Amino acid sequence: MSTLAANAPGATGGGLADVAASEATLRRFLHGLPGVDQVGLESRAATLGTRSIKTTAKAFAIDLAISMIDLTTLEGADTVGKVRSLCAKGLSPDPSDRTAPQVAAICVYPDMVATAKDALRGSGIQVASVATAFPSGRAGMPVKLADTAEAVAAGADEIDMVIDRGAFLSGRYLEVFEEIRAVKEACRRPDGSAAHLKVIFETGELQTYDNVRRASWLTMIAGADFIKTSTGKVAVNATPPVTLLMLEAVRDFRAATGTQVGVKPAGGIRTTKDAMKYLVMVNETLGDDWLSPHWFRFGASSLLNDLLMQRQKLRTGRYSGPDYVTVD
Amino acid sequence: MSEQTVRLDIFKTYKLYVGGKFPRSESGRVYEVQDPKGQWLANAPLGTRKDTRDAVLAARAAVKGWSGTTAYNRGQVLYRVAEMLQGRREQFVAEVAAAEGLGAKKAATLVDAAIDRWVWYAGWTDKVAQVAGGANPVAGPFFNLSTPEPTGVVGVVAPQAGHGFSLLGLVSVVAPAIATGNTVVVALAERAPLPALSLGEVLATSDVPGGVVNLISGRTADIAPTLASHQDVNALDLAGAIDRDGPGAAAALEASAADTLKRVVRPAADPSAEDWTAAPGTRRLLSFLETKTVWHPMGI
Repeated sequence: MSTLAANAPGATGGGLADVAASEATLRRFLHGLPGVDQVGLESRAATLGTRSIKTTAKAFAIDLAISMIDLTTLEGADTVGKVRSLCAKGLSPDPSDRTAPQVAAICVYPDMVATAKDALRGSGIQVASVATAFPSGRAGMPVKLADTAEAVAAGADEIDMVIDRGAFLSGRYLEVFEEIRAVKEACRRPDGSAAHLKVIFETGELQTYDNVRRASWLTMIAGADFIKTSTGKVAVNATPPVTLLMLEAVRDFRAATGTQVGVKPAGGIRTTKDAMKYLVMVNETLGDDWLSPHWFRFGASSLLNDLLMQRQKLRTGRYSGPDYVTVD
Repeated sequence: MSEQTVRLDIFKTYKLYVGGKFPRSESGRVYEVQDPKGQWLANAPLGTRKDTRDAVLAARAAVKGWSGTTAYNRGQVLYRVAEMLQGRREQFVAEVAAAEGLGAKKAATLVDAAIDRWVWYAGWTDKVAQVAGGANPVAGPFFNLSTPEPTGVVGVVAPQAGHGFSLLGLVSVVAPAIATGNTVVVALAERAPLPALSLGEVLATSDVPGGVVNLISGRTADIAPTLASHQDVNALDLAGAIDRDGPGAAAALEASAADTLKRVVRPAADPSAEDWTAAPGTRRLLSFLETKTVWHPMGI
């Protein structure tokens, strides 16, 4: 079932180019999206969370989940040493078992990008950097763009930007749209390639599911490569219903435009069981096309240790403990 | 027209005690508990390996807080358990009588002894350091002090036989472990778990922080090997290891525990001959301790 309103302006012929022609057309389009059935969404997400994944399927899912992790450290107390050790962990998550896959990316603040890039050279692991006055996004446009450009210049492969929730909630959609456009422009490198742009909604601050759906469409039309739930810095982070809603949005966006967009739930995903629920949700909603680190990521730090402990349990038959994984 | 109201019996749903809460088994399964004559008593939750893992998580989380309380405070908490148990004496007398097939009088003696045993270990909490630690004479201008520290998470296979095993025996293995600041995960006696599951309700109302004692009923052959092989369990009390060969047998459990260098307390040579009313001594109290020694420069 497509959530794209067939009669929304600009939707004719599958093109969404003129949706953002003006504040009025953009608003008409976003408010023309069908409302979210809250009860249905939450029960669907809860149902998908009850699947039992065992033995070989579990082993596959654990390895897949590890390879999808954006291993993250976003603390004021981050040091060069901590970033280096995190990179070492990303390269070889389980020193006692070299068959454990690498993580997808290391996610750091812009000033740590060069350190991470250096530590990961030649490994294939991406360096992601948060930018645009993360996590609040409360800074002037020139500051946000400079923040982004600095991270890209330092070698970031991916940029995680935050939207201006204040502008979005007060209905200044075009402002948010233009901001994403501008940051995407700032992601370009001199050689013509560009860093991947992930756009963080901070769903815990968007109040309603309808807003999450609108933010998803707004962001995808503006050209985001990934949509991401949260910064991990507020009380409510990624939840299964919100992620399911975003998965449905990227599915419908591809149906409408042919463009595939990735999804990254972040914050609050700590256990293997949680990760399995998300993978089931991706598989049931989007199918195989999204079941790869190119299109689905977990923003997490403590999740990796739990995955490794479960992996050790599957391998040895014994429950593992926190003494057998690294302290981050 | 005579109307006689028939009151329906209210049966108690026995549940596990994990992390200060009373969950059902993760499997949703239960098994029938019978008295020694084969009469049905109640259904007990059939705890699984996963329940055991969850319990170890809860126990690990509780180590920091419980081992960090002062010994004096731990003594007060253990004494409080005795107080709460005293208040529910009648219930436990009935449950112990049913579990072990004893008369009410004998069962009452056993329950009283269990209450007294809590008091006895409550007294030990702030004295064990003097017995197991002390100042060491060294050739140099240093104070050299050894103090006993708790080992961490102790897996306990609760006694399954012997006079008074169902409650007094359980208290005799749980109390010494937690008196010194350890936390425990207990595989309860498979055929007589009811007094123990009720003890969970006593512990929950007596200032024992959640996760310090975790009680899992179910098959010993499932739960005990999980505890023995679990890499986050630091020690093992095999009081109730089953005496046949197989996954729950003492030798197999000890071999499995050796992989992770757990401290192990072996069961009695003949568990069914054990008399739990006998004076317990300090063996169990001193079994789950690590010695920390500090050198401190001495002023002149």
